[in-house]
Amino acid sequence: MSLYFTGEHEWIKVEGDTATIGISDHAQHALGDIVFAEVPEQGRALNKGDEAAVVESVKAASDVYAPVAGEVIEGNPALADDPALINRDPEGAGWFFKMTLADASELDGLMDEAAYREWVKTL
Amino acid sequence: MAETDISDIQHLALDGWHRARGARMVPFAGYNMPVQYEGVIAEHLWTRTQAGLFDVSHMGQLTFHGTNVDVALETLLPGDLQLLKDGRLRYSMLLDENGGIVDDLMATRRGDHFYVVVNGATKVGDIAEFERRLPKGIILDHWKEQALLALQGPRAAEVLKTLAPGVEDLSFMQGGMFDVAGAPAWISRSGYTGEDGFEISVAATTAATVADALTAHQAVRPIGLGARDSLRLEAGLPLYGHDLDRQTTPVMADLNFAIGKRRRAEGGFPGAARIVGEIDQGPIQRRVGMLVEGRQPVREGALILDAEGNEIGRITSGTFSPSLQRPIAMGYVATAFAALGTALKLEQRGKIFDGVTTAMPFVPHQYHRKPAGA
Repeated sequence: MSLYFTGEHEWIKVEGDTATIGISDHAQHALGDIVFAEVPEQGRALNKGDEAAVVESVKAASDVYAPVAGEVIEGNPALADDPALINRDPEGAGWFFKMTLADASELDGLMDEAAYREWVKTL
Repeated sequence: MAETDISDIQHLALDGWHRARGARMVPFAGYNMPVQYEGVIAEHLWTRTQAGLFDVSHMGQLTFHGTNVDVALETLLPGDLQLLKDGRLRYSMLLDENGGIVDDLMATRRGDHFYVVVNGATKVGDIAEFERRLPKGIILDHWKEQALLALQGPRAAEVLKTLAPGVEDLSFMQGGMFDVAGAPAWISRSGYTGEDGFEISVAATTAATVADALTAHQAVRPIGLGARDSLRLEAGLPLYGHDLDRQTTPVMADLNFAIGKRRRAEGGFPGAARIVGEIDQGPIQRRVGMLVEGRQPVREGALILDAEGNEIGRITSGTFSPSLQRPIAMGYVATAFAALGTALKLEQRGKIFDGVTTAMPFVPHQYHRKPAGA
């Protein structure tokens, strides 16, 4: 298992050719109380950078982008009824969706966990 | 925000006080303002059940002195100010020559003068407008060194009376001079949350002492602008610059209550002919509340459509209601669609939502009104 982060504060956990995507603790904290999340449907093909999911706090709506290309395996079914799960456990039970990893080389430009945690301290 | 603007940002007297209590500060109306402390929903629900302390010192606190100052202000505001008794507040609006809303405000008769509180983002323009349009001989003062705090919620009176005995005898929309924690304060029973509560005007130099004395009570927590917005939306109260602007008249905004009966008959305020005509014949569009199906908030800028998909209006404020646990919104629709219970479609970022017009407030007001004659 490898964990990567994007500059848009998404995390990607890679196990074999499957990637699980969510938003970082820093991101959930910046958004504040999350009241709605919409995850992509199973089977949807995503290009790197596509708008894949929506997350809304009391104050504002934000998009979650596909950090890599692939096909959606499943969205997190728990988020529809309990979007605050993203606040409580953003890098665990509050994951957004799982997808196939079409091109592992797309991971090359991403930050590892240590680099990401260091970088957010500078924001 | 451009870097050149940073030096123009003003700091509240309580800036350090807010930061020390974990506030996230954001620029708003030219000030660094506390948007939240522990979280918008927790702060919102705390205010609905306990007491929340808001710093609204960005708002403009003005006084107007002069002979027949009530008559002079009535040339710009549609409220019946001559009828207003000493120490009483009235919600009113500064109108432009066409009856459009320049700002909404609270006007209080305070002895020989009027005390007027206007919105922070609009205060500079308001002052220019007042000075340009008021009759000669009226003196406007801007009390820049006054802070304004609001204590709101069902436990507000219980807390404030321990520091300022006598405030419990004020009724909604009434004010007076008190001492709070040793500081002279103008206190009115009013606010922007729909709850019982008070607004407290004190010298900026004493604001921290007063805020400390209030938050020393376990029922009181500091509340940010984020919850202030969701609270006022649940209370059905419009926000200037979003739900009200110069293209909007008081009648379009469903604020007819603020136009005095005598004023309707006599006119003499800006746009009177148009506004009285709208009262008699109905405005072309009207502000309505909407309940939105599902969980996703529909926000300012979303289109309102009829059943055939024709655009008939726009959402001007929307959020997820922490009290009702569902999305609520307000907006303007063509008057034919403004009747309560009208099913409408809303369009946001290409997605269609179902909505229905509903009475406001969404959450009942808890104002401390005294029975008539009491």
